Formats: sequence, structure tokens, C-alpha cells
Amino acid sequence: MSAIELHPTCKPGDYKSEVNPIWCPGCGDYHVLMSFTRAFAELGLAPENTVVVSGIGCSSRIPAYTTCYGFHGVHGRSLALASGLKVTRPDLTVVVASGDGDGYSIGGNHFLHACRRNIDMTYVVMDNRVYGMTKGQPSPTTEPDFDTALSPGGTGLSPFHPLVIALASGANFVARAFSGAPNETASILVEAVRHPGFSFVEILSPCVTFRPDEREWKSLVHAAPVAATSDPAKAARRIMTDDGFNIGILYRGERRPYQPRIGGQNVDFADLEKDFEL
Amino acid sequence: MPEADSISIAILGSGGAGALTAGNFLLEAACAAGWHGLLTRTVGPQIRGGEAAALVRLATHPIECMPERYDLLIGIDWLNAHRFGAEIEAAPHSLVVSDPRGGDLPATIGRAGARVIEVPIKEMAKAIPGGRPNMIALGIAAGLLGLAEEIFTPVIEKRLADKGAAAVEASRAGLKAGIDAAADLDFGLRLSPAKPVGGAKRWLVSGNETTGLGALRGGVRFAAAYPITPASEILEWLAPNLPKVGGVLLQAEDELAAINMIIGASYGGTPSLTATSGPGLSLMMEALGLATASEIPIVVVDVMRAGPSTGIPTKSEQADLNIAVYGFHGDAPHLVLAPQSVADCLFTTQWAVYLAEMLQTPAVVLSDQFIGQTVAAMDRLADIAFIGQRIKPADNVSAYKRYAVTASGVSPMAIPGLRGGQYTADGLTHNERGTPTSSEGDHRAQLDKRRAKLDQFNYGDHWATVEGNGEFAVIAWGSLTGAAREAVARVRDRLDVRLFAPRLLLPIQPERFAAALDGVKHVLVVEQSHGAQFHRYLRAHYDLPGTVRVLNRPGPLPMKPSEIEQAIMEWRS
Repeated sequence: MSAIELHPTCKPGDYKSEVNPIWCPGCGDYHVLMSFTRAFAELGLAPENTVVVSGIGCSSRIPAYTTCYGFHGVHGRSLALASGLKVTRPDLTVVVASGDGDGYSIGGNHFLHACRRNIDMTYVVMDNRVYGMTKGQPSPTTEPDFDTALSPGGTGLSPFHPLVIALASGANFVARAFSGAPNETASILVEAVRHPGFSFVEILSPCVTFRPDEREWKSLVHAAPVAATSDPAKAARRIMTDDGFNIGILYRGERRPYQPRIGGQNVDFADLEKDFEL
Repeated sequence: MPEADSISIAILGSGGAGALTAGNFLLEAACAAGWHGLLTRTVGPQIRGGEAAALVRLATHPIECMPERYDLLIGIDWLNAHRFGAEIEAAPHSLVVSDPRGGDLPATIGRAGARVIEVPIKEMAKAIPGGRPNMIALGIAAGLLGLAEEIFTPVIEKRLADKGAAAVEASRAGLKAGIDAAADLDFGLRLSPAKPVGGAKRWLVSGNETTGLGALRGGVRFAAAYPITPASEILEWLAPNLPKVGGVLLQAEDELAAINMIIGASYGGTPSLTATSGPGLSLMMEALGLATASEIPIVVVDVMRAGPSTGIPTKSEQADLNIAVYGFHGDAPHLVLAPQSVADCLFTTQWAVYLAEMLQTPAVVLSDQFIGQTVAAMDRLADIAFIGQRIKPADNVSAYKRYAVTASGVSPMAIPGLRGGQYTADGLTHNERGTPTSSEGDHRAQLDKRRAKLDQFNYGDHWATVEGNGEFAVIAWGSLTGAAREAVARVRDRLDVRLFAPRLLLPIQPERFAAALDGVKHVLVVEQSHGAQFHRYLRAHYDLPGTVRVLNRPGPLPMKPSEIEQAIMEWRS
């Protein structure tokens, strides 16, 4: 993890920009934004040394709602963009925000390889099990019987299991949070940012417009009954067999983050040209 | 025996036979001894057991294109040589050295009426402990050209150092056996003696390598890499060399990741580049638009190969012009540049980095398999002044507007770490602050600004090659510039022909174009594209003077100077 410049006087409000979110009233993402600002304040991050990177979707609107540097890129590629940024600027704190369509469908390949690379950044996926911005199509985490215009009668497909995939791919920190508990989510985010390497936090964040059924999540979520493990096999077994509403830090790995050495060398082009000489 | 100031040699063998190594040694030794030369390799897609040929042209003067026909063809074997088809042509005066056990001579070579002499290359190699047929072939070439055995010693020692003393010894013995065998053969030609070279350091490099060095000289300190033929050598050259200058290369999971990685790194303040070929460029289009809209400087080198789709990965074509110029969705002004030779890959890449950084926009560099993978001898390429500088806001910035509309169209770009410079880079239409908007006014203001910054910049004389002032003009671009130049030189005693080749394809330069072609009455457009993409591009953007003809055909056969010469003279008659 990069060195965090402590700003003891930082308040969550310092991280909230003047831009008004476009989210629907009641969207879980408002609470995620609140968790971000609380976590950043607790971490004492300097906004100018923090970058929030995202792709496309409702959740990916979050960078401009913070006072940090931000990048709202193309659909699905936020992890790649953030990887290029972080390896060249290891001094920055990089937080990537995504959703279940952006992160698991169009961005699925990058998810695998970002976990595998284990660059020191935090990946937050706001999972509402639906494409909200395009008005209600099924995503990789949508239940098979969810009836939509694009999937009449449901997809008939089993949902994707992102936390286990993250583990199998090498993520160094895996947690599940619930947007409706912003304090707990902020604490998890603080731990995720502090943990070295690639930290993955899936936040269950209801879409009240296209998935009104997800209002029930607040009564389904519960704290994980056991502490995080550093054994990926144990963590995978727990996650595979839990009810999907188990909230907390589920895995803390010990893999060394990937960070090649950069800068510092004297630029001696004569040395580079030697191979060319006859 | 007649002397020639340019001789061309093809060494052929099935993949793995070592034909390319023999060709490389021949070129390196001859160039170290003062000759000029080029080596083009031509291979099939297979790694082993396909067809491979080293095509070497040696000359007493600098050359930029391959020959019409090969004077000397040496077949280690002919097992898959028929796949080259018309790519390797012989002439009646040519000599073909053939191993009798190497299979049948391809019909295309047999039909040329060249003399064929059989030499038991493989048997001769077997007689030497650890001997390899390709070194016998090298020796035969050296002997027939009149190159001294000694000039090969340092090359063999240097290139085979990691294979041990026995391998060096076996190669030297093979070389000698080949030279001895050549003493009994009548080639009928000899290479004119090399002219003395000055004290300048000389290089032997490929266009892909000069591209890599141009990137680093221009300030690139991050590259993202996804392997693809024929661009991988750029990335493989950068991988060990970027760390030497404090940079880093990241291997990406695909081209979508590669381009987004360089956008991320450049956003963080590090000049960044990736290299690919047509299929990869196709995948990068969306993010190139993002770099345009969010005004992030990046450079993408496309080493063109024959397309569409997978096409012919190992062979050249100039048919990615359309996607580079028009591939972006929306109205997306950007830079497109094309190097004109192996040496020019350095200048053009460095200039592309400079322009991208100055103008905060993506640059696409259209190299191709021919100049990318051709190895050429040249004097050391001097350092040039183009080091890009991003315009940045003041340290005490307040009320910062990342996309402020300025007179030049370029807005000061804050780099993370600058307090008060925080903004969100966005591919959504945004206002000056960077905040997304759907407003007609903001949309137009930002489109105007991005257009203006490219149109107002002074690109100077580097934008194009203009040689001569005849009323007849040949217009070429990219790697065909060399062949066009040779054709123009060949007709010089009969006709004064002007050569014009734009290095900067976007943004267009109408005034400079009109000045460059002032007084021209006839135009011959030359390009390697089935759809005549370059001609259509010229028609779309410029007023072509006088009468116009087009000489266009697809790859993979290189366009020869004689084809261009013939087109000029036919038209004249």
C-alpha cells in the first residue's frame, strides 16, 4: 500500500464534490458514495493524491462526485486504465469503481488479470444484479428467472460468482459489503485500501428502480460469523457455501504486490544504442 | 568480371534451417566492411517447418527498397519455397545454387531461365563436426560476391558467443567450406568495392527497433504490450530498455487493456505508447476516442500487415489508412503519421510523441511490416530536438478548468499530485470543468477546441517529403516512399519527376499541400491498397492538380521501383 498522507482534520464532506449525482432517489450508490468519503476521511487521504477510476454505468459515475482526481473511462476497462496509472505512479492511492455489468461482463477479462497481477489498488464493484443505466437488462450476477425485455422469462443462466473468481485469480483481499450499512462499508474500504496488493470489495447496492425486490436485502444481510482467513481454499469454500449475504472481510492474502521499480536511473541513451552499432 | 554497385541475394530454406541467420550474418559483415544494405525476411506463419527466406540487398550506396529480381539465389532446401510464389523472382542472368537433395526448384524460379548449379550443401555441412548448412550457404554467398572471409569472423564470434566456442568454430569452418566451394562457381558478377565510410558510428537496425528508440528519445516511459506480428519486436525492444531509462512495460491481457493502460499512465503524467497491428488497432478504436475526448496524449504504432481480419500476419500492406483516419466514432480530430523508411521510424515516432504531448491527443503511427522488420545499415541517427512538453497549470492553481477553452485550443493539464488541480477526465461530453453535460453549447465548444488545437499548430516542414519540382509528380506514402524515390531516380535522365510523400496524414495541411504541388500537371498516386485508400484520402481532403492516375495493388508482394517507373513512362508515352 502506498504511504498515506495523514490529514487529521479531514472530514467526509471534504471529499464530496459539488456535482449532483444522477442516481435515482433511493439508489444504493448514494450510500456507497457516503462510504467512500467516510473511508477517505478516516484514511486521511489527500484528494490530490487519490484517483478514483471507473468505467461506464450508474456506479461508474462516482469519480466526479468526489473531490479527488478521477477518470471516467470507457465501458469495462477501468482496471486496465488504473493498472497503467498505478504502476507508473505508485505514490498515488488508486480506487477503482465499477458495477456488475461493467466489471463482470464487458470487463470480465480485465477482472481476472487485475487479480492475477496484484497491483496495489482497491476495486469496488457496486453489484445490483442488473444493468440500470440501460434500463433493466440482466447482468452476470442476475438470477436465472429474472424476467426482462431482453430476456423474456429469464436468462435461465446461473449467476457468476465474483468473490470466488477473485480468489482463484489471485486477489489479495476479498470482502463483501452492503451499501445500506455505510459505516461498516467504510470500515471495510479502509481495510481494503490499507491492505497491500489488489483488494476486491463487492458492495451489494440495490437498484430500487429496476430491482425493487432488492429493498429486501437490508433484512437478508448479516455479519460474517467468522474472521477473515488467509487460506484461499478455506475462504473459497466459505464463500461458495454461504447465502450471498454474508458481510465482512472474507480473505486477507499475503501475496507480494506487483510493482516494478521505476524512475531514478540516469538516462544514458548511448547504452541503448550500443546494440545497434556495427 | 563485371562489377555491380547493387547485388541482391536470396537465401532460402524451410523454417528452422537457418536461412534468416545466414542472411543476417551476410548483411552485418558486409555493412561493417563499409557496404550499405537491407535485409527483409519473408516467412510463412509457421514457427518451424514453414518457408523462410532472407532477402539481402547489398550496395555501395544507401538503399531503401528491395530489388526487382535476385541475382543470386541459394536454396538450403526448396521444401516449401513454392509458397513464396512471385515474391522471390529470378532473372535470366541470375545464378541459382541448389542442393540436389533439397527438393524441386519452385516453378517460378525455374521458369526465369536462370543458371542452376548444384552444390551438396547439406553433405558439406555433415562433413564438419557441428556444421550447419546455413553457414555453407553463407560462405557460398560470400565467395561469389567477393567478400573476404575475415569480415565474417567478428560477426560469427559476436552472434554465436552464447552458443560456445565449438559452435563458433563449426560456423567458421562451414563459412570457409562455402567460400572454397564458390571458387569453382561462375557467378559472372562481383560487388563493387565499398566506398570509404566517414568516422560516424554506423548502425544495423530494423524499423521496429528504431521505432522503439524514437519512442524513448521522445520521452516515452511507459508501454503496454500485447504481442502481435509484425509489431512484437517494438515491444520486445522496449521491455528491457524502458527500465534502463527509468520506465516500465506492462504486458496486457489484450489490446483493449493495452490502450487503456497507456491512457491511465499518461493521465498520471507519463508519456506512453503501445504498438500493435491491424487486428489490435481495430480493438483499440473505442479507447482512442476516449483519449481524444478526455485529451490524453498517447501514441499507438500500427505496424500494418495484410488485412482484413487476420489477413497475412507476416506480410506488408498499406490498407489500415482508412481505420487510422476514419475509424473513430463521433467527430474525433487526432494525429496520424507515417514513417517513410527504416531510419525514419525513429524520427516519425519521436515526432509523434512530441506532437501528442504538445497537443494532448492520440497519435496513430502507421508503420508496416516492410519497414518494421527490414534491417538496414545507416549512419547513427542524430538526436533531434523534439521532446514533448505538456502545458500544465500553475502550482497554485485555483478554480481549475481542465478543459478551458483557450486561444490555442490546448488547455493546461493537471497531473495527479497537484493540489487544486483535481478533475475527472471523461469520455462523456463535458464542460470546461470536466463535468458531464448534454448541452449543445458545451458539446460544440469542446469539439471546436479539439479541432482548433490540431489545426492551429505549426507542423513545419517535417510534415512531408517534397523532392524535385517537375510537372510530373509521384505521390506515395509510408514505406512506398523508398521505392518511389528509386523509380524517380531511374527516370531522371528522361523526365523530371517530383516526389511527394506526406509524413503527417492528419490533420490535413491544405495550404502546404498546394504549395508542394504547385506547377504539377500530372499526378501518379502509388500505394499498396486494393481499395486505393490513399487515393481516396487525397481526393477527400485535397485538390489534386492536373490529371491523375493511380497505381495501386494489395500486398503481400512489395511494390517494385520498376512498376512505378513503368507506370510513369507508359503515361508519358
